[in-house]
Amino acid sequence: MSTSRKFPTELKEAKYEIEKHAKEVGLDFFETIFEMLDYREMNEVAAYGGFPVRYPHWRFGMQYEQLSKGYEYGLQKIYEMVINNDPCYAYLLRSNSLVDQKLVMAHVYAHCDFFKNNLWFSKTNRKFLDEMANHATRIREYIDRYGSVVVEEFIVTCLSLEGLIDPHSPFIKRADDNNNEVLKDREEEIVVHRLKAKGYMDQYVNPPEFIREQREKVKAEKERRAEKEKGMIAIDNEKDILEFLIQYAPLENWQRDVISIIREEAYYFAPQKQTKIMNEGWASYWHSKIMTERVLHDSELMDFADHHAGTMGKRPGVINPYKVGMELFRDIEDRWNKGRFGEEYEECKNAADRKRWDKNLGLGRQKIFEVRRVCNDIGFIDEFLTEEFCREHELFVYEYAKAEEVYTISTRDFERIKEKLLFQLTNFGKPVISLRDANHNNAGELFLTHQYSGVNIEKDYAQATLENIRKIWKRPVHLETYEGGNKVSLNCPT
Amino acid sequence: MIIGNAEKDHRRFRDIIKGRIKQDLKKYISHGELIGKRGKDFVSIPIQQIDIPDFRYGHEQTGGVGQGKGNLGGILGPGKSTSGGGAGDQPGRHILEVDITLDELADMLGSELELPRIQPKGRNNIDSEHYKYTGIRQAGPESLRHFKRTFGRALRRQVASDEYDPSNPIIVPVHDDKRYRSRRVIRKPENNAAIFFMMDVSGSMQAEQKDIVRTEAFWIETWIRKNYKNTEIRYIAHDSEAQEVDEEKFYRTKEGGGTMISSAYTLCDRLIGVSFNPEDWNIYCFHFSDGDNLAADNDVCRKILTDSLLRKVNLFCYGEVKAAYGEGMFYKALSTVSDRENLVCSKISSKEGILDSIRQFLGKGK
Repeated sequence: MSTSRKFPTELKEAKYEIEKHAKEVGLDFFETIFEMLDYREMNEVAAYGGFPVRYPHWRFGMQYEQLSKGYEYGLQKIYEMVINNDPCYAYLLRSNSLVDQKLVMAHVYAHCDFFKNNLWFSKTNRKFLDEMANHATRIREYIDRYGSVVVEEFIVTCLSLEGLIDPHSPFIKRADDNNNEVLKDREEEIVVHRLKAKGYMDQYVNPPEFIREQREKVKAEKERRAEKEKGMIAIDNEKDILEFLIQYAPLENWQRDVISIIREEAYYFAPQKQTKIMNEGWASYWHSKIMTERVLHDSELMDFADHHAGTMGKRPGVINPYKVGMELFRDIEDRWNKGRFGEEYEECKNAADRKRWDKNLGLGRQKIFEVRRVCNDIGFIDEFLTEEFCREHELFVYEYAKAEEVYTISTRDFERIKEKLLFQLTNFGKPVISLRDANHNNAGELFLTHQYSGVNIEKDYAQATLENIRKIWKRPVHLETYEGGNKVSLNCPT
Repeated sequence: MIIGNAEKDHRRFRDIIKGRIKQDLKKYISHGELIGKRGKDFVSIPIQQIDIPDFRYGHEQTGGVGQGKGNLGGILGPGKSTSGGGAGDQPGRHILEVDITLDELADMLGSELELPRIQPKGRNNIDSEHYKYTGIRQAGPESLRHFKRTFGRALRRQVASDEYDPSNPIIVPVHDDKRYRSRRVIRKPENNAAIFFMMDVSGSMQAEQKDIVRTEAFWIETWIRKNYKNTEIRYIAHDSEAQEVDEEKFYRTKEGGGTMISSAYTLCDRLIGVSFNPEDWNIYCFHFSDGDNLAADNDVCRKILTDSLLRKVNLFCYGEVKAAYGEGMFYKALSTVSDRENLVCSKISSKEGILDSIRQFLGKGK
């Protein structure tokens, strides 16, 4: 349905006001366009990952069902959604009160600032709204041509492999970009250099035995090279398995295109997953700052506090990225304002001194802007999570107690918390899978390895995923992993 | 900006879900959990969310980082899903509840058990074809415009775009707002059906047996309702005496004492005589017992059946539910009834037997 609606005047005023404040505090963002949606439309858009036009697929229908049910039962409500795009699009829920809308706007501007300035977003396509629509058009075309069931099934197969990308690869410059020579036809004619000679002299100038000898030599050389090249399509531990499949799997062109669409979208969304804590923390830090210091009227204070508290609420068992992110940014600002960093501070073991430590540096603001530019969640946690912070914010590690089939709190030790958090953030909390060999058993079979870090892979899922890779590669696929320290190999077909 | 249509993808998803339910129908049939979730004309069916597989960690080993008070060793909760918050993204099995209409459910049952369509008896054996307006489309003749929906969408659009003026509430639908009814051809025998559920509520019928009866009755009712335009249901509970009760009481009543099945048959016969003329009604009787009847009563039962009941009803079904103390004599007694054309007996030894029993009962297509 079309939403070419008038944006209410009072909201327009709020928008200008907040935009002005956001600029004044130093945020730097793309032009931001707000759209008003009712809850149904909000659920619709959210089901499609924030993009109003995406390719048709039942998984979005599933999302929609869940979101609608959640809303109807009063379990969840989407307040705000924002798309990393230039201009930035953000959606406001119509039924929200004006205070809520202001809060959301302030929140959104900080998100936009983050999108625009964070290093990890620097390689994303800023016209992705259009790109998504293009993807939709292409896939609709394939549906028209090959039938919806065929395309739908192929998409499910690809989605299963959606995580097999290398989130760092946009930043890696490869020497052999566009170098697909391995694929080139190797069947060239063997040419041997001959000395120039008149016809009747030829057999004396270029004796046949010598020529034959030379030919053998060149041939042997070629064979040796071919031998070396065999199995070379598997680049050393390739993590971007999707790219590999696009390049080398025996696919029809439309299938190749579908995978590349899925891959492109996966890369687009990757930085958002990589910076969930920072992004929400940054946005919460600023909405709180802008609202409380600049925008709020007295009459709005309670509503703001209520909403803000709701967003910041702790739930046992889950880390709230809004809360942890915001507090960590505040902590960093405070530490750099007071000079609580560096060798001198680290080596000070006197608790009282540490508590009193204040060098009046005032570097806090500058520091958090720097952090938002260069870090992703891993760096953010690795660099700035402190023992004091963990204690103050009551972080803990929980484990699954197999016997009782429950999750229990296992430790509040700082090192363990940090380790666990970093583990969860590594590769989006999914096992790192890479391609080691594309010519396994010298029979064109794929050999994948799981970089084992002490946690077993879920076998049923892995098996089903392997099956999906096999469907695309059309040859057997193997995965080497570990189980309780022992090497095991999952094979498909089994 | 144009917002894409989730309706289509949502519908496709629902189709897939229905396929899923159909696949697992056997499981649902033998477990009574559906019945508790029955609304007026739909049931909520819990199904496992359709997962797209990927490489992930086993949930038993992962755990995670949480925030809040609590002692070491404190329990956070059962091995549940804790997905949602960024870093705490644990794999969880989500259960989805899907609403399905009873009609759809009956269709699934019919095709799963390969049930023949019921052939109603008597003179009214004519299918009537009528149209049922079940769907909504975006295109259609103006005469079929769904006023409420169209109005609703127009109102929604106008309110959202600030064109709505409460003091002058004029709603003007544009092309995009319009919705039209779409119809489906329904064939139904232009007939009425009456179902009698009779159950032995004597002491030997335990909760487990009653559960089986309840589940089976649910599916029988769903199927028969599907096949007739009008369906009336009566419940008769009996031990050594019989009385007509409502559904609630039917499954709750617990009596001691002996068992005289003839009491129920006599009452059923009388009720048919009073309210259900066999000329106009297709009558179905389902009787469930553990078969522990008073020995002297068996002959009386046989007599009522052959002399009267079997002549009036489309189908008389006896289901013998295995109980700890039942001897199952009545099943044998009924097998000596001479005219067995519309008498079906079935033994149900456990929940898993429900499916076969339904097939035996309804497989005749009567």
